Order: sequence, then structure tokens, then C-alpha cells
Amino acid sequence: MSRVGDWSACSQLIEASAILRRIPLRVHVALIVIGFFIVAAIAPSLLQTHDPLAIDLTAPLQAPSFAHWFGTDQSGRDIYSRIVEGAGQSLTIGLGATALSIGIGLVFGIIAGLVGGAFDHVLSRLLDVLFALPTLFLALLFVCLFGPSVLTLVIAVGVGTAPGYARMIRGQVLSVKGAPYVEAAKALGHPYPRILWRHIIPNAMSPLTAMMTLGVGQAIVWAAGVAFLGLGVAPPAPEWGALLNAGRNYVIFAWWLEIMPGIAVVSFALGLTVVGRYLQDLLEGKI
Amino acid sequence: MRGVSFSLQAGRCLAIVGGSGSGKSVTSRAIVGLAGRRAHVHARQLTFAGTDLTALDDRSWRRVRGKEIGFVLQDALVALDPLRPVGKEIGEALRLHRAVASSEELERRVVALLELVGVPEAAVKARQLPHQLSGGQRQRAVIAAALALDPRILIADEPTTALDVTVQAQVLGLLEETKLRGKALLLISHDLAVVSRIADEVLVMHEGKVVEHGSADQVFQDPQHTYTRQLLDAVPSARPRGSRRSLLPAARPARPPLRSQEQSPSTFPSVVLSAAHLVKRFKGPDGVLRTAVDGISFELRSGETLGVVGESGSGKSTMARLALALDPPDEGAVLFQGRAWTTLTERDRRARRRAISVIYQDPLSSFDPRWSVGHIISDSLASDVESRDERYERVVELLDLVGLSPALLDRRPLELSGGQRQRVAIARAIAPRPAVIVCDEPVSALDVLIQAQVLDLLTDLKAHLNMSYVFISHDLGVIRQLSDRVMVMRQGRVVETGTRDEIFLNPRTDYTQRLLAAVPSLARGGVANRSFSRV
Amino acid sequence: MRVNSAAHVRIGWLAGRFVSAATVVWLAATFTFLVQCLMPGDRAQIIINMASGNVGEASPAELAAVNAKYGFDQPLVLQYGKYIWGILHGDLGLSYQQHRPVLDIIAEQIGPTIILAVAALIAAWVIAVLTTVLVAGQDNMWSTLLSGIQVFLATVPPYWLATILLVVFAVQLRIVPVIGGNSPIGLVLPTIALALELSGFLGQIVRSEFTRVLEQPFVISARARGMGELGVRFRHVLRHAALPGITLSGWAIGKLLSGAILIEAVFARQGLGGVLVAATSSRDVPVVSGAILISAGLFTVTNMLVDLTYRFVDPRIKMT
Repeated sequence: MSRVGDWSACSQLIEASAILRRIPLRVHVALIVIGFFIVAAIAPSLLQTHDPLAIDLTAPLQAPSFAHWFGTDQSGRDIYSRIVEGAGQSLTIGLGATALSIGIGLVFGIIAGLVGGAFDHVLSRLLDVLFALPTLFLALLFVCLFGPSVLTLVIAVGVGTAPGYARMIRGQVLSVKGAPYVEAAKALGHPYPRILWRHIIPNAMSPLTAMMTLGVGQAIVWAAGVAFLGLGVAPPAPEWGALLNAGRNYVIFAWWLEIMPGIAVVSFALGLTVVGRYLQDLLEGKI
Repeated sequence: MRGVSFSLQAGRCLAIVGGSGSGKSVTSRAIVGLAGRRAHVHARQLTFAGTDLTALDDRSWRRVRGKEIGFVLQDALVALDPLRPVGKEIGEALRLHRAVASSEELERRVVALLELVGVPEAAVKARQLPHQLSGGQRQRAVIAAALALDPRILIADEPTTALDVTVQAQVLGLLEETKLRGKALLLISHDLAVVSRIADEVLVMHEGKVVEHGSADQVFQDPQHTYTRQLLDAVPSARPRGSRRSLLPAARPARPPLRSQEQSPSTFPSVVLSAAHLVKRFKGPDGVLRTAVDGISFELRSGETLGVVGESGSGKSTMARLALALDPPDEGAVLFQGRAWTTLTERDRRARRRAISVIYQDPLSSFDPRWSVGHIISDSLASDVESRDERYERVVELLDLVGLSPALLDRRPLELSGGQRQRVAIARAIAPRPAVIVCDEPVSALDVLIQAQVLDLLTDLKAHLNMSYVFISHDLGVIRQLSDRVMVMRQGRVVETGTRDEIFLNPRTDYTQRLLAAVPSLARGGVANRSFSRV
Repeated sequence: MRVNSAAHVRIGWLAGRFVSAATVVWLAATFTFLVQCLMPGDRAQIIINMASGNVGEASPAELAAVNAKYGFDQPLVLQYGKYIWGILHGDLGLSYQQHRPVLDIIAEQIGPTIILAVAALIAAWVIAVLTTVLVAGQDNMWSTLLSGIQVFLATVPPYWLATILLVVFAVQLRIVPVIGGNSPIGLVLPTIALALELSGFLGQIVRSEFTRVLEQPFVISARARGMGELGVRFRHVLRHAALPGITLSGWAIGKLLSGAILIEAVFARQGLGGVLVAATSSRDVPVVSGAILISAGLFTVTNMLVDLTYRFVDPRIKMT
């Protein structure tokens, strides 16, 4: 159906540009925020005003100013530049953990949803167990076992958040499997693998983009929580959670040490949430 | 909706008629001041027994609602709070307007109200939740709640839409009774038959405007507006089979009709599909086996339409799924084109599935939401159509055949209207050139005008493409319009089978007679022979 | 007779729930056991290092003594059996660092943590319900603002919010003491900090269901009966809107326990947080595992309560 294909490519372009114009302001802002942090993660030096590790004992604990936008810490290091520097590690942890948890979730969810029966029952029970273990406790257990490192945090947060994805995907597979259009495809005489590949999997996966976007923000918040307890990646790496942890001791007389990294975490997570929810609405056809 | 005016009198019934989106429900809600937050109601005059309703503040409005105007909403399943006992809902108006002194009196009044509307075991039912009542009992309970404070006006918005025909007749009787007791009744309905039974005055609405207003006799016998005439004509009727009900021209294929069967009729006996002693049981949520289909046999001959009619729960849809071999029967077997069908493995069946298609009641859910119309139809084309250009041409041809423009090719199902969706579903069903199409309530969700068009289309296509239909419907009028032979089902069994005329003109069993009698008909003067109905 | 059979059904249902809860705890125990075995490095060596405070090779005699004390020299199956047997008798093993029963260590500290979590759950419900009933479904600025705030609260890390609250209310405004200890007044800020995040999640779910139910025909019926706005919202709509929130509460207990650990760190409160952080940094696996096991137990108990509550609010559901 080449001609149909050409038409749809063309109309998709038109559609896309129309959608672009209809995107609300908050999503634009969110995209700019996310873009900023992605650039910071890939090429931090482009955005930095100071060397994030350079100690300047003549200017410790300075309040935000033109010279130091977000102020300086107890060693005179520029907080803004440290936040930019830390984006890489925080984003790695967030993306890695989300990828891991969605990977686990996909395998569990699809198998449980497709196979069904006793197998599904056993897998669901296992998921219940993982669900019953609080994410942070699990993360601490992993840190306890393998010592603090980026990889530990990725695994800990990834495993801790996986059951949520698995449940969602399983439910999705089950609901799509029972959808009338799957039966309609069966009634047309299509073989099951084709139905699986062309209807069930794509439709079951459709909420995934939105979930992933929301998940990365949550993963970063969790990982920062571990670091906040002083159990994260060892200093002087300026991971956001570590910055938050370091700021705790100075919060009473140098609020910017705590507030600024927090704003970074919040704005990035919020940006992802806004975009994720927008995608969700978009995919559910609400817009 | 705009520019609507009418007056209601005690002991009379005014009916507002129109298709979906005609503004009839909004009108009724505006009268009780509940048109919704985003609605702006401007009325030059809205008076109730001399009181100007437009000038009322919220508190005074609440005194009018329930006490002076009772409101019966459509869809009784959700018109009562599903989490609260029925009695509590009915007693709420009494409690709110402080009409009772004690809880014992409240209980007595509630039971008396339920008895008034004819709910058996009223005291027991009052303590049950809405989902534990039958559809008819629920609708009666909703009416009881509206009548609780003996209001002078009763507004009923589609009060019988979801009900089986026998229950519908009873509920209409109940409404008629309240009218005779001196209530002013405002009836909102899309169903002309329902309206014709109790209305004294009719108001026809179309796209938010009143197109016709007059006494019931006048509107039904001598409709002035073309829309009213279309509505009356669109009603599935007893007119000769093949007469058209919509004003659209017949679907004419741009090229010679596609042959549906490559085989000549002699390669298989004239029976295309036959079932013998089908039994299907399902396990209910309580773990008890329920027999949905209980020993059904039927034959469908080549080129024939077998109408299957029955009330909800009669096993029609289960039977359709057995015929399509989507579910295996527990006993009995279906033969398709003279060969084994349900007894085959899915693998052996797959190649022949293209010869039997299905059209569902809800086309939207039967389409993959991500796929475009072109994709959906192309997907069901026979696999021998190899080249892309050929496929494209076939898809356009099929769209043309069902009366849709190729401009819809790239639309997604969500972007189509209800009628367009069902046309796409039909195009998908005829694409593999089937010998048989199983139509499961294909027009039940459509407005009466669209319904007429789709029925005409199905009739035309059958003639062009030499197919047979198993046509399932709860609507006796639709069945009568399309069928050659009719099978009446009840509680999983076949009550009666016969030619269309045998069933409709000379029913042998009690049940069929009762069904036909319960059908509200336009039995007024010039349209006396236009009896029609829904089950 | 009917009452009797209904009671039977209820007992049967409870028994079923209990079995499945026990299964979850047993599987969780298996998980923590396996994890302890998986610990990289020789466990006896780690324990000795922990006690001596320095890293070095221990003599075989020392290792053997520790192995014997903790039972590491026995076959895994036996160790597993003993572990499960111990749990059944309330024995979660010995702490590597403190050489005391894990259960004692946790039992001493878990009280304030549970109080904080429960207080936050209640506070979150109060916040979510009040804001929803007052604001939801109205097409105005407040509704938009509320939904924005809820998204914000659901995203903000509670520990960061707690720090800000601490600085503003305890340090700057001196409304509450900086270190409140376990007094009721000291519970206020931690509870709010922990509750706000959950109230964001809870509020979003309750609000969207509330808005949906507000348009349902039975609500219009109630209005047509002459019921006022508040009556409609409290008597009819809230009950429906609460249902998904109740389901969420079961899941939230895990999140609340996690959050409580972090909040305790911020306010230097007594509780499980201090134990866990110390145990994690000293690699005291039995304590961390024990805490996980106990929280899994709490989670299943909470979820049984949640199920009961759900059935109470929604009488349509049968006890099966």
C-alpha cells in the first residue's frame, strides 16, 4: 500500500506540526528544563561557570551572587557548577534504574500476562513479595551487600521499582489480550504470533513511554534519597543526592547548599512528570 | 439547544423526540436547573405553577427539585448510587425535604412506594443494592424515587432504553398510570414507538432546535417536517422486505459485483452453515456452571438471512461465538460449507476463517486503536492480493462499496462517527469475500436514521456479493425487515423457528406471541400497519 | 442460617487472606536468606573485621569460631531451615555488629517509625479528602491550582521538603522545636513532611475519580431529588472516590516506611532510620534483612486491613 503509506507519512507530518502548535506552555517549559539537564549530563563544561572541584578557601559558604549563581559550599566550590557536573551521574542512575526496572517488568509482565494460569499465579505472587519490600529498604540492603556505587544504586532502585512496571504491563497485556480487536483478528484467520506481534505487544506497550518518563524522575528521587542518608556514591563526586546530603549540615546558616540541589532534583523530576503526563494523555487520546 | 418552548399540563404527557445530540436531554435537565456547569441557560420564561423558575436561587431550586418535579434518568443501572441500598436512595428525597417524622415511617413509606411501582418483595428489595435487582425492578425503583414526594411533574429521560421489550411494556404501563393519576409527564425518548404509546403531545428536536410540535396524532399521521418524516420512515417496519428505509441511494459498486464465492453453488449443498445440538456452559463468578446455550440446532442456507431474536441473556451472542468457532461448544458441533468446523484445530480452521466474517455491535472496540481505516481494511484482504497497488485499489473499492470516501483512509477509528465506524466494520467483514457474515446486534448502538442506512447497506451488499447472514438482534422490527427465516431464542433454547411470515403473522408459541404483543407499536390511524418494536 | 453462612464465608475469606499473607512473608524471608548467602566476601571475615575495626586476614581459628557461632559451617539447606524456624519463633538472627538479636534491636526502635507512618497516612487522607471535596469538579482557578500543587507534591522528595520545613518553621519562625524528640509536638513537622508527598499521590487519584463520579447519572438523580452540593459531595461522591484511594493506601505503606527513614534522618528522630543507616554503613546484613522482613510483614497486614476497609465501603464485593 505504497500510496496509502505516502499519504499517511505526509498527513503525519501535517498532524505533527499541528500537534506541536497545540502543545501547552507548561510542556514547552518542561522540555526546556529537561533539555538543559541533558546537555549538562553530556557536556557539563558547556554550562559550567567554574571548575566544580576547584576549592577556593577565600570564598566559603557565599550566598548566591553574580559570581556564584547558586552560592558556594564550605570549601568555596561553586554550587551551580557542581549541580551541572552532578547531572551526568544522576541522570545515569535515573535512566539506568528505569531501564532495568522496565526490563524486568517487561519480562515478568509479558510472560505472566501471556502464559496465564498457574504460571501467572506464581509470578504474580513473586511480584507481590517484591511489592511488599519498601524500595528504600531494598536499596539499603543492596548498598549493604555490594557497597555504595553508581551500579549498586542502579540495581537497587531498578529492582525496587520493577514490580510496579511488571504489574502495569501484565494488566495491560491481559486487557489487550481480551480486547475485541484481538478476537476480530483471530476471526480473520490471522495466526497467533502475528496477532501477538501486531496487536497485543504494541498496544500493551503504548503506555510505556509515559511511564518511563515518569519513572526516570522517581528513580532519581529515590537514588538521591539513598545518597541523602550518606550511603550513596562516595564524595567528592557531586551527585545530586550527595550534594543534598552535604548541604544538610549547613542548612541553618547556608540554606543554598541544601535548597539549590533540591531545586535541581525537583525541576528535573517535575519536568519529566509534566512531559510524561502529557504523553499519557496524548496516547490515551484525551487530547 | 436553542429556542425551545412548550407547556405541560396535569394529566397529560408531552414527549420530546430526537436523535442523539438533538438537545432533548439537555432540555429536560434545564427544566430542573441541572444542565451542567458549562451550559448557559437563557429562558425568556420558565414558570412552574406561576413561580418563575429562572429567578430562583440555589436553595429555592432545591425545594422545587424532588418535591414539585420528579426526575427519572435513563440507564437505571447508574441512576441509583451503586454503593447504597435501593431503599436509602428512594427515602433520600423524603429525608431531604423532611417529609417523614421517624425512621420507621421512612421505611414504611419507602416500602409503600416500591409496592406502588410494582416491585415484588418490596421490603427485601429496599435493603438490597441496585445491582442485585433486575433491570426492570431498578427502573421501577428509579421511578419510585422520583414519585416519593408526589411531585406534580414527572420528567422521564429515556426511561425504557436499556430494557427488554416485555419489561419495557410494563414500565410504560406504569408511566401511563402515573399520568392517569394526574401527573404531568414529560417523556424524553428516541424511540417513536414508546412515545406513540403514551404521549398526548409531541415535540421533535433536531440539532438543538424544535422542528415540529403538535398533538401526537398530528405528528404521527401527518408529519410536516422532512426530519420527522425521515424518522418515521427509518423505523424498521413491516413493509415488504427490500424496501428502503433511508433516503440515501443504494450502494452501487463502481465495477461489476465482486464474486463472493469462487466455487459454484453445486460444490457444496445449499446449506452453508449448520449447527446440531450446541451446548455451551460458563462458570459464573460464584463458581456455578450456567448453561448459556442449551441444545441449539439451526441451518443457514446459501443466500439466506437467518434472523436470531431474543431478550438479553437468551444466549444469542454465545451462539454467534460458537458459530464463528471463537469458543468451542461443550456439546454438539457446527458444520461450515458441509465440512467439519468447530471440531477442527485452530490451525486447520485458520485458512477457512476468511469465508466467515463477523460484525460486532461496538465497532470501535473491534478496531486496533492505533490502526488507520486503510490499515484495518487492508489487513483483512485475502492474502492472494499481493501487490501494494492492488491492495490499495481493493481498499478504495471496498470503501466505495460501503459508501465511504477514500479521504477516510488515514483516519483512526476514534476520529469517525458511529455510522462511519460500522461501515468500516462492514468493509472489513466483506473484504475477504466471505460466504457468511455473522452480524451480532450490528445496528443496536446507532441512531435510528443511521440504523436505517446501515440496514439498507447490509441488504444491498448481500444481494451484490451473494452472501448469507446470521443476523442477531433484540429488535423485532429489524429482524422482521431483514430476515428470510427467524429463530426465537429464550434462556439458551430455541423457542420457535420459522419463515419470517410464520413467526410474525402466525406465531405458534406463547412466548413469541407475548414478545410480539409487548412491542409498542405506532398503532394510530394512518400508520396502523407500521407495527415495529424492540425486544 | 443465613447469618451463619455469611459468617462462614467471612472466616473462609480471612483464612484465605491469611494464607496468602503468610506466603508473601515466607517468600520474603527466602529472599532475605538468599541475599545474605549472596553477600560477596567471607561473612566470618566481615564480622571479625567489624569487631576489630580494622581490615586484615583473620586466623583460621578465629574464622572457625565465628562460623560456628553463626552457623555458617552448616549446609545451606540446614541454615535455611533454621532461619525459617527461627522466624516462626520470632528469631531474626544475630546482628553482626552488636551481637544481639536483630528482633530486639528493631523492636526497640520501630515504634516511633510506625507512629510516624500511620500519622502521615491519616494526615494525607485528611488533606486529600478536604481539598478534593472543597475544590474538585469546579471549573475554576482553584481546581487548576490544586491539581498543580498535587503534581508538585507527588514529585518533590519528601526529605528535601522536610529540610525546608525544618528551617522555616523550627529555625526561622520557631513555631515548633528543632529537635522534638518523641513528643506529640515533635511529631507535627515530620508528619506533615511525610504526608504532603502521599497527599499529592492520593489527592490526584481521589480527585480524578471524584470528578468522574460527579458527572454520573446517580449524582444528577440525587441533585434532582433536591440534594445540596455538600450533601451530594459527602454522601454520594466521596464514597466512590475514596475506593481507589483505599487501594492506594495499601501500596503507600511501603512508601511511607521508606519516607519515614529519610524524614527521621532530617529531624534526627529516634526510630528505625538510625538503626538502618548505621547497619547499612557497617554492612550489618542481618539487621537490614530483618528490617525488610518486618516491613514486609507490616505491608501484608496493612493490605489485609485495606481489603477489609474496601469491602466495608463497597458492599458489592463478595468475600471470595
